[in-house]
Amino acid sequence: MSTTTELTLRAQEMIPAPDIEYGQLAPVLIVIGAAVVGVLIEAFVPRRARYTAQALLAGLALASAFAAVVGLAAAGRATTEAGLVAMGALAVDGPALFLQGVILLVSLVALLTFAERRLDPRAHGRHVDSFAAEGAAVPGGEGEKAAVRAGFTTTEVYPLLLFAVGGMLVFPAANDLLTLFIALEVFSLPLYVLCALARRKRLMSQEAALKYFLLGAFSSAFLLFGIALLYGYAGSVKYADIASVIADTNRGTTEALAGTTGNDVLLLIGGALLVMGLLFKVGAVPFHMWTPDVYQGAPTPVTGFMAAATKVAAFGALLRLLYVVLPGLTWDWRPVMWGVAIVSMLAGAVIAITQTDVKRLLAYSSIAHAGFILAGVIAATPSGISSVLFYLAAYSFVTLGAFAVVTLVRDAGGEATHLSKWAGLGRRSPLVAAVFAVFLLAFAGIPLTSGFAGKFAVFKAAAEGGAGALVVVGVIASAIAAFFYIRVIVLMFFSEPKVEGPSVAVPSPLTTTAIAVGVAVTLVLGVAPQYFLDLASQAGVFAR
Amino acid sequence: MSFPLLTAVAALPAIGAVATAAVPAARRTAAKWLALAVSLATLVLAAVVAFRFDPGGDRYQLTESHTWIADFGVRYELGVDGIGVALIALTALLIPFVVLAGWHDADPLEGTEPDRRWRPTQGFFALILAVEAMVIISFAATDVFLFYVFFEAMLIPMYFLIGGFGDRAGARDEGEAAKQRSYAAVKFLLYNLAGGLVMLAAVIGLYAVTADQLGEGTFSLQAIVEARASGELTMAQNTERLLFLGFFLAFAVKAPLWPLHTWLPNAMGESTAPVAVLITAVVDKVGTFAMLRFCLGLFPEASAWATPVVLALALVSIVYGALLAIGQRDIKRLIAYASISHFGFIVLGIFAMTSQGQGGATLYMVNHGISTAALMLVAGFLISRRGSRLIADYGGVQKVAPVLAGTFLIGGLATLSLPGLAPFVSEFLVLVGTFTRYPAAGIVATFGIVLAALYVLVLYQRTMTGPVGPGVERMPDLRKRELAVVAPLIALLILLGVFPKPLTDIVNPAVEHTLSDVQKTDPDPEVEAAK
Repeated sequence: MSTTTELTLRAQEMIPAPDIEYGQLAPVLIVIGAAVVGVLIEAFVPRRARYTAQALLAGLALASAFAAVVGLAAAGRATTEAGLVAMGALAVDGPALFLQGVILLVSLVALLTFAERRLDPRAHGRHVDSFAAEGAAVPGGEGEKAAVRAGFTTTEVYPLLLFAVGGMLVFPAANDLLTLFIALEVFSLPLYVLCALARRKRLMSQEAALKYFLLGAFSSAFLLFGIALLYGYAGSVKYADIASVIADTNRGTTEALAGTTGNDVLLLIGGALLVMGLLFKVGAVPFHMWTPDVYQGAPTPVTGFMAAATKVAAFGALLRLLYVVLPGLTWDWRPVMWGVAIVSMLAGAVIAITQTDVKRLLAYSSIAHAGFILAGVIAATPSGISSVLFYLAAYSFVTLGAFAVVTLVRDAGGEATHLSKWAGLGRRSPLVAAVFAVFLLAFAGIPLTSGFAGKFAVFKAAAEGGAGALVVVGVIASAIAAFFYIRVIVLMFFSEPKVEGPSVAVPSPLTTTAIAVGVAVTLVLGVAPQYFLDLASQAGVFAR
Repeated sequence: MSFPLLTAVAALPAIGAVATAAVPAARRTAAKWLALAVSLATLVLAAVVAFRFDPGGDRYQLTESHTWIADFGVRYELGVDGIGVALIALTALLIPFVVLAGWHDADPLEGTEPDRRWRPTQGFFALILAVEAMVIISFAATDVFLFYVFFEAMLIPMYFLIGGFGDRAGARDEGEAAKQRSYAAVKFLLYNLAGGLVMLAAVIGLYAVTADQLGEGTFSLQAIVEARASGELTMAQNTERLLFLGFFLAFAVKAPLWPLHTWLPNAMGESTAPVAVLITAVVDKVGTFAMLRFCLGLFPEASAWATPVVLALALVSIVYGALLAIGQRDIKRLIAYASISHFGFIVLGIFAMTSQGQGGATLYMVNHGISTAALMLVAGFLISRRGSRLIADYGGVQKVAPVLAGTFLIGGLATLSLPGLAPFVSEFLVLVGTFTRYPAAGIVATFGIVLAALYVLVLYQRTMTGPVGPGVERMPDLRKRELAVVAPLIALLILLGVFPKPLTDIVNPAVEHTLSDVQKTDPDPEVEAAK
C-alpha cells in the first residue's frame, strides 16, 4: 500500500465525504437548478423571448418538482421510509413532503397570476404584467419612461420566484439550525426584491419592500442569535443532538463548550429567540407589524404567493422546531404560544374591522388565521400536527384565490383596492363577486367550505389537547372576523354601484385557471375533506 | 339497499335551485314555473315520506347512514321521528305558497331592464329552494355535525334573501330602504352566526368528550344516547351544562327567545312577505326542533337543570312579544312580535316536560307555520296594494276588498288561537301540559292569549274597518294567484283545527321517546284535589 493511498484513506476517515441522497433531494434540486437556468436565460436569451421561456421553465420546474414529491411519497418516504438525508441536514418525512407538495402547488397556481399579461392596458402596444418595467429605474424618472416606452418587462421575477420556492422547500425540512437559517435567507431575499417590483404605485411598493427587508433582517438576527445560544447550550446545531441534551440523555460532545452545555438559561433564551424569528415569518402578534404594509404595497400576485406559501413554510419549520427540538420544553413554550395565539386571533380580527383597503383587510385576516393555526400547533399531539397541515393546505388556496380576484378589480389607477370602490360589484359582475364571496365565506369558516373543515380540525385538536379555553377564544375571534368578511359581501351585493366605480378586467385563461383552482379546492376540501385529512394524518410523523 | 327517500326530499330542491339559477336572464317566467314545479314535486316526495312513516314503528325511520368525514367521526346519518316528519311536511307544504306569493317580488323594477348578467329573479327563487333543501336536511339529520353544517350554511341563502330582495313598499326612498335592508340582513346574520359559533365550540367539546370516553369520537345522536343510557358515556355535571348552554344558545337565537330576539322584527320587517314567512314559519322552526331533538336528547340532566330559567325566558317572550306587538305601527313588525310571543309558547311546551306540552309544542310549530303564513302573506298582498307598511295608512279595506279583509281576519283569528282553527288545539295542549307541572307558569302564559286577542283585533279594526282611508278607495281585491295562495292555507287551518288526529298520531309516539330521554313521566293527577 503506497503512502499516498494511506494518506487519502486517513483523510477520508477524518473528513468524511458527504453522502448526499440526490434522489430524495430531487424536488429542491430541480427548483434551484431551474432558477439558475432562469438567471442564464436573463443573461443570454433575447428580451422578446424571455417571457415565454421563463414562464415555461418555471412551470415545468414546479410541476416536475411536484411530481418528484409525489414519487417520494409513493415510495413510502413520507411514512415507513422516512429519514434524514444529506448527513442529517434535511428530513424527508411526512410533514416535509406534505408541505413541500402544498408549497409547489401553491407556487404553480401563483405562477399563473405572475404570468398574467391581459389585465393592465397595453403599454405602447405590448402586453405588460403586474411588475415594473425596470426595477432599477427611479419611479417617475426618465429611465422608467424609456423602459416603459421600450415595452420592457421584468422577467427576473420568475427566477426570483423559483429561488424563493427553493428556500421554502428546504425550510420545513431543515433538520439543523444552520440549514434552517440558510433556507430562511434563500426564500426571504427574493421576496424582498419581488415586493419592490410593482408596476403601479411603485413608491409604495418600494416602501413595502424596505419595511419588509428591515424587519426581516431584525428577525433573521434574532434567529441567528438564538442559533448561537442553542449551539452554546448543546454543542451542536443538529435538531436531534439538541433534543437529546434537553432530554438529558447526552451531556454534549464538544469539550470546549463543557462549561455552558446544559445551561438552561442559554436554552430558554435561545429557544425563545428562535421561535420569535419564526413567528415573525408567520405573522403572529406581536411580530406582525410588517404584514399590512407589505401585503398592501407588494404587487398583488406576489402578495398572494407570499401570504400563502410563506405561511406554509414557516409553520412547517415552527412545527418541526417545537415537536422535534423542543418537545422537552413543552411546558415552557406552551403558555407563551397560548398568549401569542390568543392575541393574534383577537387583534387580527378586531383591527381588521377598521380596515378600508382590501389588501390590508386580508393582511389582518391572515394574522387572525395565524392565531387559529397556532391553536392547532399548541395541541402538541399527532392530530395537532395533521390538523395544522390540513389547515395550511386549505388556507393557502383560499388566500391565493382571493388575491387573484383582487387583481381583477381595476380602475384607471390600476387595481382598485379601496373597499369603497367595491360597492355594488355584485351588480356589475355577479360571477366575480360571487367567487370572492366564496373565498370570504371560507375565511369566515362557514360550513361546506374548506375554511370550516380546517377550523374544525384545529379546534378539535386543540380541545383534545386540553386547550378548551383556546377554542372558546377562537370561536369568539371567528365571530368578530365574520363581521368584516360579511361587511365586504354586503358592500358587493347590497350597495348601489358607484358611477365612477372600477371595472372588472377580463383576464386571460391564466388567472381564470388560478381562481377556478382556488374555488374548486375550497369547495372540495369543504364538502369531501376525508381524503386530504387522511393524507395529512398519514403525514403527521416527524423523522428524528 | 332501499331508496334514500330523505336524501331525495332534500336533494330535489337543491338540484332545483341550481337549475333555477341557471335559467337565462330573459326567461324569467320560466324560472318561476320551474321553481314552483320543483317545490310541488318536493311536496309530493314529502307526502310519500309521511305515508311511509309508521307512527307505531321504530323511533327513527327511513334511516340512511354513510361515512362522511371519518377523521372527525362524522357520518351522513338521516332519520326521522314523528316530529321530523311533521316539520318536513310543513316545510314542503309552505314552500310552494312562498314561491307563488313571491311571484312578482323579484321582478325588475318598472321600466328598467337589468343587464344580461344580473339575474335577480332567478336568484330569488333559487335561494328559496336552497333554503328549503337545507332546512329539510336539518330536520332529518341525526348526526350532530351534519345538522350543524346545514344549520349554519342555511344562513347564507337566507342572508341574501333578506338583504337582496327587500320590501319595496317600506321606506320613502330606495336608498333609505337599501340601508335598512342591509342592516336587517347583517343583524340577522351576525346574531345567528354568533350563536352558531358558540354551538361550534360545544360541538367540538362533545367530540372531545366522546373521543375521550368511547375511544372514538362520534356525533351520532343515537350512538351517544345509547352510550349514555348504558352508562358507557358519562358527562361530568359541569361539562354537560356547558355543552347544553352552547347548543341552547344557538337554538334560542334561532327560535328566537327573549332577549336574543331583536333580529327578528328587523329581518321580517325589511324582507318581502314570502321571505318573512320563510324566516318565521320554516327556518326558525329548526331552532325549536333542535331544542327537542338535541338539547333534550343529548343533555337530559342539564335540560332539567336549566328548565326554570328557560321557562322564565319563555314566559317573558310570550308577554313581552305580545305587549310589543300591541304597540307596533308597522304591520309586518307586529306579526314579527306576535311570532316571538308564539315561540315563547313553543319553548314553554317543550320545557314543561310533559307529553301534552311537547306534543302541543310540536303541533304548535306546524300550526304557527301555517297561520303565520296565511296572515303574513295576506298582509303582504295588502301592503303591495297601498305601498305602505304603516297601520295608520289603512282603513275601511273591508268595504273595497272584502275577500282580502276576510282572509286577513281568518289568519288573524288563527293567530289568536280561536277555537275551531288549528292553533287553538296546540295552544290548549301547551297550556294543559304546563299547568300539570308548573301551574304558575301556566297562569302567566294565559295572559299571552288575552294580549293576542288585543293585538290581532286592534290590527284588524284599524286597517279593515272604519271609513275608507286615503289611497285605499281603489284597492283591488285578491287576484286569482293570491287566492290560490290563501285559500288552501285557510282550508288547512280549519281542517287541522277540527280534526288534528292525523298529526297528533304521528307526533305523539316521538314525544314519548323524547320524554323517556329526559326520564320524565307526566305528573300523577293530584288526588287530594279531587276529594
